Amino acid sequence: MKQILSPLPGTFYRKPAPDQPVYKSEGDSVAPGDVIGLVEVMKSFHEVKSETEGKVKAFLVENEGPVTAGQPLVDLED
Amino acid sequence: MAFKVLNPGLFTTVQDLGRPGYFHLGIPISGAMDRFALRAANLLVGNDEGAAALESVFMGPQLEFEVDATVAVTGADMPARVDGEAKPGWTAFKVRAGQVLTFDYLKGGARIYIAISGGVDTPPSLDSRSTYPIGALGGVEGRPLAIGDIVPLGNGVGIKEGRSVPENLRRLPGSPVELRVLPGLYWRLITEEAGRNFFGDEWTVAPEADRMGYRFRGGRPIQFEERKQPFGAGSDPSNIVDGCYPYGSIQVPGGTEPIVLHRDAVSGGGYFTLGAVISADMDLIGQLQPHTPTRFVKVDMKTALTARHDRQSLLGKVRASLS
Repeated sequence: MKQILSPLPGTFYRKPAPDQPVYKSEGDSVAPGDVIGLVEVMKSFHEVKSETEGKVKAFLVENEGPVTAGQPLVDLED
Repeated sequence: MAFKVLNPGLFTTVQDLGRPGYFHLGIPISGAMDRFALRAANLLVGNDEGAAALESVFMGPQLEFEVDATVAVTGADMPARVDGEAKPGWTAFKVRAGQVLTFDYLKGGARIYIAISGGVDTPPSLDSRSTYPIGALGGVEGRPLAIGDIVPLGNGVGIKEGRSVPENLRRLPGSPVELRVLPGLYWRLITEEAGRNFFGDEWTVAPEADRMGYRFRGGRPIQFEERKQPFGAGSDPSNIVDGCYPYGSIQVPGGTEPIVLHRDAVSGGGYFTLGAVISADMDLIGQLQPHTPTRFVKVDMKTALTARHDRQSLLGKVRASLS
């Protein structure tokens, strides 16, 4: 199965800001370069981008959950 | 003689052993967060231990070499590749002109040190090549590496590849992490119970932790003894009349989240400090990822000095094994 991995350790966010909708929901399609969330570390936020295309099957980390580098964030299906 | 930065990673800076001698003027000591790893990397490639190298946190850079060089990567567990071929950590390897050095995901620790034969030869400022971005000192124009930078190298002796630091001499934090603390001058300002809680509670590394300070959260707030704030101190009980902050000192603004001051920290200010993490454990802090569970362990001066001596002797063994 294709997955999107966190490039960094830190805290994962699914929204660009607390009062805005999530970047992607389950069932949404993603294309290479699409932002699926943010990782916060060292007082800055880094966009997590998909390197592949597919459809979001499941988010594996909840909003504001801790993540490590290389940890799967999203399961994708074709 | 140089390399080109194809991608800087998250935050890659030139660092050597730092810039001591200006702390009284408010200029941080800077230098590698894990100085043991920096020294080991330099020894592996035949450089002086204090030569300037690259420090990358959480994510490695992509570098294209314009010259043949010997390279070693120490510190965090983040596998290196040369034109896609995996290279072991804590071991010297060759990179030929035109080849590209890249890195896999971080597997353990936080910061890698990339030493290159000849050393990074950016212009020193105030006796050091260490980058202090807020003060725009050292490194490449006083900032972290950026895409397209051509970073100069010194004359390397081009030592042979394959030399390695024996595994029992490598250091990464254990789990759970224990940081030894020597209580300091202001310990009297907090209640006995707060002191017990500080050492009893489990803390975790906050994602904000950086080269200035490592912030921890999750333990109970610090309670202070009743006192009338002296003239010159702020109104919060965590405020003092400005004092000096040694490397490793632990301030707790508002009594909530302890911050261990590290290489790029200021040298003084108006928060009380609980004490200081002992010098022997400061390198380990540089290898902590966000959310790492951490305990603080109270020690006395004798234990601190013995630990410092042990660290020196570990470094002595590394020197001996690579001489």
